[in-house]
Amino acid sequence: MAEVPLVQVAVPDGGVTGEVLRLDEPLSFWGGLDSATGEVIDRHHPQSGTSVAGRVLVMPHGRGSSSGSSVLAEAARCGTAPLAIVMVEPDAIVALGAIVADELYGVGVPVVLVSVDELAGLSTGGRVHIGSDGSVLRL
Amino acid sequence: MRIVVRLAEALGAESLLDVSGAHIDSCLFHGRASLDFAERLVEEGAEVAVPTTLNVSSLDLLHPDLFRGDAEHGRLAARLMDAYVSMGCRPTWTCAPYQLEERPAFGEQVAWAESNAIAFANSVLGARTDRYGDFVDICAAITGRAPAAGLHLDENRLATVVFRLGDLPPDLLDSHVLAPVLGAFLGHRTGSRVPVVAGLEEPPGEDWLKSLGAAAASRGSVGMFHVVGATPEAPTLEAALGGRPPVEEVVVTLDDLRRARDDLTTAARDTLATVSLGTPHYSVAEFGRLVEALGGRRVHPDVDMYVSTGRGVLAEVEERGWAGKLQEAGVQVVTDTCTYVTPILADTVGTAMTDSGKWAYYAPGNLGVGVVFASTSECVESAVAGRVVLDELLWAPAGERFGDG
Repeated sequence: MAEVPLVQVAVPDGGVTGEVLRLDEPLSFWGGLDSATGEVIDRHHPQSGTSVAGRVLVMPHGRGSSSGSSVLAEAARCGTAPLAIVMVEPDAIVALGAIVADELYGVGVPVVLVSVDELAGLSTGGRVHIGSDGSVLRL
Repeated sequence: MRIVVRLAEALGAESLLDVSGAHIDSCLFHGRASLDFAERLVEEGAEVAVPTTLNVSSLDLLHPDLFRGDAEHGRLAARLMDAYVSMGCRPTWTCAPYQLEERPAFGEQVAWAESNAIAFANSVLGARTDRYGDFVDICAAITGRAPAAGLHLDENRLATVVFRLGDLPPDLLDSHVLAPVLGAFLGHRTGSRVPVVAGLEEPPGEDWLKSLGAAAASRGSVGMFHVVGATPEAPTLEAALGGRPPVEEVVVTLDDLRRARDDLTTAARDTLATVSLGTPHYSVAEFGRLVEALGGRRVHPDVDMYVSTGRGVLAEVEERGWAGKLQEAGVQVVTDTCTYVTPILADTVGTAMTDSGKWAYYAPGNLGVGVVFASTSECVESAVAGRVVLDELLWAPAGERFGDG
């Protein structure tokens, strides 16, 4: 098995900079995210009601429904997707949504992996720069 | 193929492997992106290379009047369904493809989407699929290839977390309601690891394992689980663990389960508007138990009762003469879709009851309804009574029960 690359879905040249939304629990995009508004609608989720739109979404791993890819791609089409997604574990459902958003609409939602320790250092409201090599820098 | 390869790269797979079947979740309409993707494939002349089944859609083609969504949404959803059928997929429209006659054999490599079906295929059938999402499911069906990664590979199928059932009341151990509640607890505590359940005296049947897997896959990211003595890769605890010590061992107590059960309830427990069963799709055996539990009684006029199932199972239920009995009782059977993925419920203001951990989990966000989670028999008794009727005795510690005498 080759190593899992840290950059799951490409980060554009020059990287992206944005504000962190760190989720206390992983989010299933399907049943958990309203693609029309970017709002977290999972009523069991501690951050229900928060918007992910345009923010750097940080969570340890993906969760739940396999329809999550469609909701992420639709959110990208509607302009309500996260600016980027940062996780510890690779997740096919999250990666797929981002890949298809790119293939269909040319809208990139970069997905990168970090270590558990790096994840712990990212808190909501902080600003980060994600480099095209997948590095996540706190600003 | 480019999408399969891009995913393989993201997962760090060195190669692709052949799959002999696929189950597609992308046929459920989530907006324009769903349709843009499918129609692009159709335009390019795509056809599936392996036998491929279709998951629930947004419409009940056998009972089209049940759809209460806007007409334009309905038309786009129908176009999406047509697109997948035109690529050669079988119009099975079920989230329980493992209830169809042809299902994958032990060890067979497949590409399945739909979280409950993934958990069932891996855990109960011993077939091998990773947790596939929308889009790649159809790409794998067209190419007959999938990344050699995740749950396709031996080493990733071994359990790393042991859930040992503690001292639980015997009635609860016998009740089907244990499955979705334990599943929700497992999902919450397991994350994306592979759990093994130890301590069940009697090996549970397929419907029990279906309910457990569906709840675990909604509450967590469980793509595979073992139940010692019941699932094919867990003849013993040691076999499920592959001879390695577990990373974590959890003793499941009655308090844990009561909390997990309470977490599935979001509504006040007085008035009742809806009872929804059949998530995942009801099996023939479950219909049999439902008809028996109703015992010729009628659903209360203030309550709408729905049961979702596949059209294949409905045909069998009709043949057995149960469909007529359910109709007489006032039960609405829903096929091809499910009551929590599309606008079907007549009343989304009043309380809804369900025996499904998965429905309980998603319905509040998807439909805006308040949910009371309960056992199947509590759901049936409540539907008949027209109000929420719960049997707390099932959840009482063994000692307290004598005091109730």
